Amino acid sequence: MTRCGKESRFGRREEKEKMCGTETSTEKSRRWESFGGKDESMRLQIESRSRNEEFARVVVAAFASRLDPTLMEIDDLKTAVSEAVTNAVIHGYGGGDGVIYIEASICGRELTVTIRDDGVGIPDIPKAMEPMFTTDRTGERSGMGFAFMEAFMDQVEVRSEVGRGTTVTMKKQMGG
Amino acid sequence: MEEVSFLYEAKGQVLVIHLPKEFDHHNSRDLRYETDLLLSENYVRRMVFDFSRTVFMDSTGIGILINRYKQMQRSGGSAAIYGANAQIRRVLAVGGIAKLMPEYASKEAALMG
Repeated sequence: MTRCGKESRFGRREEKEKMCGTETSTEKSRRWESFGGKDESMRLQIESRSRNEEFARVVVAAFASRLDPTLMEIDDLKTAVSEAVTNAVIHGYGGGDGVIYIEASICGRELTVTIRDDGVGIPDIPKAMEPMFTTDRTGERSGMGFAFMEAFMDQVEVRSEVGRGTTVTMKKQMGG
Repeated sequence: MEEVSFLYEAKGQVLVIHLPKEFDHHNSRDLRYETDLLLSENYVRRMVFDFSRTVFMDSTGIGILINRYKQMQRSGGSAAIYGANAQIRRVLAVGGIAKLMPEYASKEAALMG
């Protein structure tokens, strides 16, 4: 039985239990004790500005550091968070005003991070996730944002509704 | 978080671009404009990217490098990289840059090509 508490808004309980099941019960109880018996989570709300991209990835990395990750895992996480936040700034809000909501939680050795915007949304998610696809016309964007998230995280899920916004949920096992 | 600008260095017909510590969307807003200006005013046959200060890079950096690479290709020039740490190398590999631009161990080697 998992001790990872509440059902996530972004995943059904069964999925979460399955994802958390890889840790042995001894490891899990040791970690559980060290956390004072609670799942840990954080929330961050920032204005949609490019200068906040670094702030967001550093905060999430600092939160994830309690999983005792390797330097490489932390760098991977920072890159993935940067991609999602940059997407929200450039595409979600088109460089204009808006708020970006970031949530992260730890369940066993698994970090889940969610980056949400209330921006324009994505009409065709599979298309948007194709490597090299970009709506940018300056020729300056690589179109590799989602490909990078997928390369550097274990799992990436994108939900979006046109006119309502986009939510990216990413998971990664850390500190093995 | 400090504002980081690029530092450009001309060595004959080689333009060296010293990339910032955090090579992301925010810190590369001016790079396109600045390099376009430098390329229009100078004869540049080779562009060399210095990663020795850089500790972070995401796909924004890849987009910029690919664009500059294409620019140099069009004018018959070349591009190269030096000073990349292990993480930057991983990002360059995932972004497919490793196939486009040779990487050198030192600035001198990168300048020579």
